Amino acid sequence: MTVDGQACDDDVEPRLLLVHYLRDVLGKTGTNVGCDTSNCGACTVHLDGDSVKSCTVLTVQADGAEVATIEGLAQPPTDGDATSGWHPLQKAFHAEHGLQCGYCTPGMIMSSMDLLGRNPSPSEEDVRHGLEGNLCRCTGYVNIVRSVLRAAAELRGETVGDADEGGIGEADVVSDPEHEEQLENLEVAP
Amino acid sequence: MTALDAPTTDAVVGVTKLRKEDAHLVTGRTRWTDNVQLPGLLHVALVRSPMAHARVTDVDVSAALEQPGVVAAYTGADLVEHWSGGLPCAWPVTEDMRSPVHLPIATDEVRHVGDAVAVVVARTRYQAADATEFVVVDYEPLPVVTDMEAALADGADLADSTLDSNECFTWPMVNGDIDAAFDGAAHVVTRRFVNQRLIPTAIEPRAVVCAPPRDQREFTMWSATQIPHILRLMLALTCGVPEHELRVIAPDVGGGFGSKLNVYAEEAICLVLAKLLDQPVKWTESRTEGYVATIHGRDQVQDLSIALDEDGRIRGLKAKLLADMGAYLQLVTPGVPLLGAFMFNAIYKMDALSFECTGVFTNKTPTDAYRGAGRPEATYAIERLIDEAAHEIGMEPFELRERNWIKHEEFPYETIAGITYDSGNYEAATARAKEMFDYDGLRAEQARRRESGDKVQLGIGISTFTEMCGLAPSRVLGSLSYGAGGWEHASVRMLATGKVEVVTGTSPHGQGHVTAWSQIAAQALGVPYEDVEVRHGDTAVAHKGMDTYGSRSLVVGGYAVQVACDKVVAKAKRVAAHMLEASEDDLEFDRGTFSVRGSPDASRTIQDVALAVFAAHDYPEDMEPSLDSDATVDPENFSYPHGTHLAAVEVDTETGMVHLRDYVAVDDVGKVINPQIVEGQVHGGLAQGIAQALFEEAVYDAEGNLVTGSLVDYYVPSAADLPTFRTDRTETPATSNPLGVKGVGEAGTIASTPAIMNAVVDALRPMGINDVPMPASPRNVWETIQSAAPPVGGDKASGATNGGAA
Repeated sequence: MTVDGQACDDDVEPRLLLVHYLRDVLGKTGTNVGCDTSNCGACTVHLDGDSVKSCTVLTVQADGAEVATIEGLAQPPTDGDATSGWHPLQKAFHAEHGLQCGYCTPGMIMSSMDLLGRNPSPSEEDVRHGLEGNLCRCTGYVNIVRSVLRAAAELRGETVGDADEGGIGEADVVSDPEHEEQLENLEVAP
Repeated sequence: MTALDAPTTDAVVGVTKLRKEDAHLVTGRTRWTDNVQLPGLLHVALVRSPMAHARVTDVDVSAALEQPGVVAAYTGADLVEHWSGGLPCAWPVTEDMRSPVHLPIATDEVRHVGDAVAVVVARTRYQAADATEFVVVDYEPLPVVTDMEAALADGADLADSTLDSNECFTWPMVNGDIDAAFDGAAHVVTRRFVNQRLIPTAIEPRAVVCAPPRDQREFTMWSATQIPHILRLMLALTCGVPEHELRVIAPDVGGGFGSKLNVYAEEAICLVLAKLLDQPVKWTESRTEGYVATIHGRDQVQDLSIALDEDGRIRGLKAKLLADMGAYLQLVTPGVPLLGAFMFNAIYKMDALSFECTGVFTNKTPTDAYRGAGRPEATYAIERLIDEAAHEIGMEPFELRERNWIKHEEFPYETIAGITYDSGNYEAATARAKEMFDYDGLRAEQARRRESGDKVQLGIGISTFTEMCGLAPSRVLGSLSYGAGGWEHASVRMLATGKVEVVTGTSPHGQGHVTAWSQIAAQALGVPYEDVEVRHGDTAVAHKGMDTYGSRSLVVGGYAVQVACDKVVAKAKRVAAHMLEASEDDLEFDRGTFSVRGSPDASRTIQDVALAVFAAHDYPEDMEPSLDSDATVDPENFSYPHGTHLAAVEVDTETGMVHLRDYVAVDDVGKVINPQIVEGQVHGGLAQGIAQALFEEAVYDAEGNLVTGSLVDYYVPSAADLPTFRTDRTETPATSNPLGVKGVGEAGTIASTPAIMNAVVDALRPMGINDVPMPASPRNVWETIQSAAPPVGGDKASGATNGGAA
C-alpha cells in the first residue's frame, strides 16, 4: 500500500488493525485511537479517497490501497510562514479555535475533508450530521462547525475574514466596582 | 502577515491571539503518551475482575508466562511489598473517615468490576493482551452493594469485607439558626433530586510509559495526566522511589475534565515494573477498559428543603446528601461532594444553611472530580429547587431569584456558607441574557402552545449560577483537611537575545496556557507575543507546580506569571537606570522601553537590558546579573464566576423527545486574556453540562456490572445532538488577582444542567410534573409523562397516555 504517498511493504499478522500498523509499525502517530467500538472517529483516515475508521479496518484489507492520514495533508510552506502550506481545513481549525486538546482533530479533519468532497457547500446542519461519527469532548462542536464552514468557503475560492469570537469578544456590561484600589494594592505572597 | 495572524495592536491581553499550540496538533506532529517509542519497550496488560465483589482465592499466571513474547507476569501478592500502603487519598475529610487500603493490584478481594488482579508484560501490545487470557483466577462471589440507601441500612452487606460499615464519613455544617428559619416559615418546599453517575470520557484514553534509570539515577514517566507534579510526589510516597529520582512528563494530553486528576494504579504498576524489569514499559487503556478503570463523576442523592417567607424571601435551606464513593477512595474522592457545602446557597441571601453529606462505599468504580466537582451537583439542586419554590408559591422564577440574590452594590458579600464573594453583577448578566433570548416573546409562545394543547410543548429554563473556583487559597484548603496547598509557581527568564522563557507549574491539556501565558508575559514585559515561549508539564523543566484542575490555572498560574514578570521588570528597571545614569524614580516603562521622564531620547529597551545583563560588564553593584525571576502565589480567595443561562426546549409529549432549540449563556468571568479561548471553554463546558441533562448516565445492574460499558451504550453527544450556543459576557473584575480574572473551565458545565432540566420540567409542568429524572432521555421523559396524573380539565396528557402504554 501507499501511506501519504510513501510505498510501504510489510508482512503483518492478519489481525493487525490498520491504525496499529500506522502507529506502531510505521510510526505514523498522527492518527489516534480514542475507543474500541468505532464510535469516536479519532482514528479516521482515507482509504482510496473515502474516510474510514482505521480501528475497524484490518491492515490486510488495505493491501494495495492508497492510505491518506493527517500527516500527509499539509504541503511544504510556500513562504516563510509554516501555515502557508496547510490544507484549508487545518488553517480553519486553527483560525476558528476548532480544537482544544487536539486529540479528535486528525479524525475531525479527515472526516470533514470527506464531507466537503461530497458536499462543497454544506449548511450548518449538513456539517453537524456529517460529523456525527466523530466525537469531541472539548469544544462543544460550535467552533468545529465554524471551522468546516470556513474551510468550505476557502475551498470554493471565497475570501475568508477574521475568526469569529462569538459574543465573548467585548463584554456587554463592564462594571468596575470600587475595587480598583484594592487591585492595585494587591500584595504578592511573601 | 497572513490572514491567520491576528491584527497587531498594542494590547496583547484581552484580544484574540490564535493559539500557538495548534500547529503540531492540526498536522499530526503530536506527542501523546501512547506515541512514545523507546528501545526495548515492553507492553503491559492488566487482568481485571469481571466480578463486582468477590474473594480472590487463587491467581495463577504460569500459563501466561508460556505465551509468545511474554516477559513477565505478576499477581497482586507478587508485587504488594512495593506499595504496601496502597494508592493515596489526599483528602481525609474527617478524622474518623473509613479509608480502605487501595492496592494497585488486588490480593485477596476485588471490589468493583475492573479491579486489577494480575499484570502481564510482553514484547507487543497484542501479545500482552493475548496472554491475559491465560491467567487463571478463582473468584468466590461476595454480596454486591450497589444502592447507597440500602448500603447504609442496619445489617447491610458490606462493599468491603475489611470495613465494619459502608459509611465512609458524615460531614455536617450548620450556619445560622436553621430551626428558627424553618419554624413558622410561610412556605417549605421539599424535593429529592438524583444527580446521576457520569463517565468523564476524555477523548485520549489514559496511557503511561515508564523508563528505568540509564545515564542518570532517575526514572522517567510519561503519563496522560493533568497533574505531573502531584503524581511525582504521590508516587514517591507510594512506591518508594525518592522524589528527586523520578521525573514525570505530561506531554500532549488529550483532555482530562478531572479524569486525569488522579494517581492511578497503572502509574504505580508501570513504575514498579520498570524498576523490577529494568526495561521501559507502556500501558494504554482501551476505552472499554477505561470505563471501569478510570474515575467516574457525580452520583449523589440530594434531599433538600427550602423555607421562605410569604413574599418569597428565603429564610433557610437544608441539604442532605448521599454521595457514592465507589469501591475505593481515589485522590480527592471524599472531598468532591463537600465542595458543594459552599455552593448550595449559590447567589442567594438567607438566614441559615444546613448541609450534611454522607459518603457511601459501593461496589462500583470510584468517583472523583469530574468537571465542576461538587459544584455542578449543588448548583443543579438549588437552581431546580428555586424553580420548584417559585411554582409552589406562584411567583415568576426570575422574580423569586431577583428577590433573593445578592445585589451588585452589596459586594463583597459574606455568604451564609462563610465565604466572601468578591465581585459580581447578577442584574447585568440577567438583563443581557433575557434580552438576547427574547424571554418575554418565548413566554408568550409557551402560553399559546399550552392553550392550544400542542403535542410539542415549549419549556424555558433558567440558571442564575455562580461557582467558586481557582483552587485555591492554601489556608482554606488546610481548614478543609485537604492534603496540600493551592499555590502556583512561575519562572520568567529573559534570554540574551531578548526572547523570553516562561515556565509554569500548570499543566494544560487543551486550555491554551501556552498562548494565554504568552499574552500575559508579552504585555507585562513589553516584548512581542512571538518572542515568548512557555514550558510546562515536565518536572525536570517546571520543577514546582500544583497543576491544572478546578478552573485554577489562569487565576493562580496566570497570576504567578504576572508577578514573575513584574519582578523581571523591576530588576530590568534598576539596570536601565544604571545604564542611563538616571535615578530609577525618573524612569518610565512603557511597552518594553525604559525612558527618562522628560528626555524621551534617553531610553533603553528591555531587550537592551537583557543583553547588557548577559554580558554583565557593567551592572549595579548590589544586584545579581540576572533577569530571571520566580513567583509563587497563593490567592487569598477563590474566584466566583457567575452568569445567567437560558434554555428553550421543545418536548414531544407523545414520544418524550427533547429538542434543545436555543441556548443563551451570558457569563461573567471577570477580565479576559483571550476571548476566543474563553468562548471555547464556555462552549465545551455547556456541552458537558447539557450532556448530563439530556444524554449521559453510567448505569449499573444489580450485580454491579457497568451496563453502559462502552461508547456504544454511553451516550456522549455528537455535533448532531447540539445546537450553536449563543454567548455573551459581562465583566466585573475579580479582586483576588492582579489580572482581574476568574476561572472559566467549569462554569458552562455547572450552569447548563439546571438550565436544561428547568426547561424540560417547565414544558411538562401543566401535566402536574415537577421532576424528570436525568438524563431527560425520551424514555425517562415518556415514562414520567405516563406516570403523571392527567391535568384537571385538560385532555392533552390523557391523549398521550391513551396512545402509549395503555
